[in-house]
Amino acid sequence: MFAQVFEVTVMNLKNLPNRLGSSSVIVVGIGGVVGVLVAILAMASGFQSTLDRGGDPQRAVVLRGGSDNELSSFMNTETINVVASMPGIVEASPELYMVADVPKRSTGTDANLIVRGVSPDAFTLHDEVVIVEGRRFVPGRGEIIAGRGAHVEFAGIDIGNSVKLRQSEWTIVGIFEADGSAYESELWVDLPVAQSAFRLDGGASSMRLRLDSPERVDELAERIESDPRLDLELFGEVEFFARQGGGLTNTIRTFGYAVAVIMAIGAVFAALNTMYAAVVSRTVEIATLRALGFGAFPVVVSVMIESMALALLGGVLGAAVSYFGFNGYTVSTLSNASFSQIAFDFAVTPELLRDGLVWALSLGAIGGLLPAVRAAVLPITVALRGE
Amino acid sequence: MAIIELTDVHKTFMKAREAVEVLMGIDLGVEAGDFVALMGPSGSGKTTLLNIIGGLDGATAGEVVVADANLDALSSRELARWRARTIGFVFQFYNLLPVLNAQRNVELPLLLTKLSGKQRRRNAQTALSIVGLDDRAGHKPGELSGGQQQRVAIARAIVADPPILVCDEPTGDLDRENAEEILDLLRILNRDHGKTVIMVTHDPKAADHAKRILHLDKGKLVQEVAA
Repeated sequence: MFAQVFEVTVMNLKNLPNRLGSSSVIVVGIGGVVGVLVAILAMASGFQSTLDRGGDPQRAVVLRGGSDNELSSFMNTETINVVASMPGIVEASPELYMVADVPKRSTGTDANLIVRGVSPDAFTLHDEVVIVEGRRFVPGRGEIIAGRGAHVEFAGIDIGNSVKLRQSEWTIVGIFEADGSAYESELWVDLPVAQSAFRLDGGASSMRLRLDSPERVDELAERIESDPRLDLELFGEVEFFARQGGGLTNTIRTFGYAVAVIMAIGAVFAALNTMYAAVVSRTVEIATLRALGFGAFPVVVSVMIESMALALLGGVLGAAVSYFGFNGYTVSTLSNASFSQIAFDFAVTPELLRDGLVWALSLGAIGGLLPAVRAAVLPITVALRGE
Repeated sequence: MAIIELTDVHKTFMKAREAVEVLMGIDLGVEAGDFVALMGPSGSGKTTLLNIIGGLDGATAGEVVVADANLDALSSRELARWRARTIGFVFQFYNLLPVLNAQRNVELPLLLTKLSGKQRRRNAQTALSIVGLDDRAGHKPGELSGGQQQRVAIARAIVADPPILVCDEPTGDLDRENAEEILDLLRILNRDHGKTVIMVTHDPKAADHAKRILHLDKGKLVQEVAA
């Protein structure tokens, strides 16, 4: 049986050069589906990955009760001190979170850019933050360090430039990276200077805490929420970022699959058409094999293998275009949680490439099945006449 | 002893919702080692009768026993296996696979056997030698003349050593010289190798190579002539 399948399949595949035009319809059609699907899912994957990378299981975020993001949260100095003195907290960093309008490089139109006021302790707590160009800001001065993503996406965010944020002038003195996380989409400034410039003396939007162990998160959350002096909520940082990105990530994924399904329907019809044409052009050959005693099964399998081989070729091409065209490509989007731009890289992961190829093979199988069955069930005497 | 035994065989096709009876009560016996030519005008049912004998088509009514097998009782899978063992087909237009060379074309029926690849190649070479084309084993059909292609087709038909050769207008696409060579080859296979040959032909000269000539007209056997 294997020899039959092999021989008929070899015959079909050797016939391909005679049908380059029609065969390329399958390759291009399914390649397009896979390319678009992988690219869109790479966007979702890159966005979620950017948010996930900011999450450290040993860190927690404290917000005002009822706030689900830093923008709508505020806490005063007394509250900050109470939290910072709780057991299990190794480091505490009160952070001021603001949004400024800055033009994007790509469009020239203003977009929201996060400005985060941090104390010097923040650099110990956020140990993933590394200055890659220039230097850190000097406490007490109106200086900015910009995340790599903010530098790439926003106009004028370059070392040495002055930026006007809410009526005050700031100078950019450094560029930092933060392991590809969402922090790279922010501008960081000295906390006291920011409090003064933005007239928020003594307060902060949120606190970042480093705990003595990841298991401390739940205990501390309970302690903070049950403390009558505090109207605060504590989230593990991993959970916090997952919540921030979940909605948008799911929206992108849903959109990606919807587009892919619509394109896939077209690609399946293209595959069906091509494979029907291929089967019709070889009706006599297939009938001859069946007359000689070859069974229907090898015929079905061989036609499907041909269809799936073409689809796989399309899938590989689509995935390759997606990988080489989009992987690492930096874009920014408005986070629906923070109302600010988050820069992220498309991430064409091995899992996405695998999924793309599975899609390609599935479409090839669907497109090849009906023509394969036709080839196998057409009466031999009719097929021998080429009908 | 009859290797082919047809009793009151009828065949009806549906055409535009109308039943068209192509064979009307055929009774036929063919002894092993016979060489029978089937003649008759177009539409007389020659090819239909040949297809029924070769197990490519079924009778609507009647009994078809070929090489001790009642073909009506076989499933399509059993019928395919039976054809592979019992029948060698020779078609008017050769029906060779254009992407395979002569050797691989001849080997095709042997893929249905349990022979090793080496044995398959050896048997294919032998079959090509019998038809006088062992030096063309590596040529593809497009590189061979019509007569040579039909010889390759005959080599394919005999390679698995079936007892019966079913030939549908085997010289219909050939000039006289090539036709004579093919007919001589069929006669040798019949005479020296003991193959039972059933051949449909329009050509009286081709039919003269047979031992018996059967005439069909309007679905009935109307005349039998000993050649």
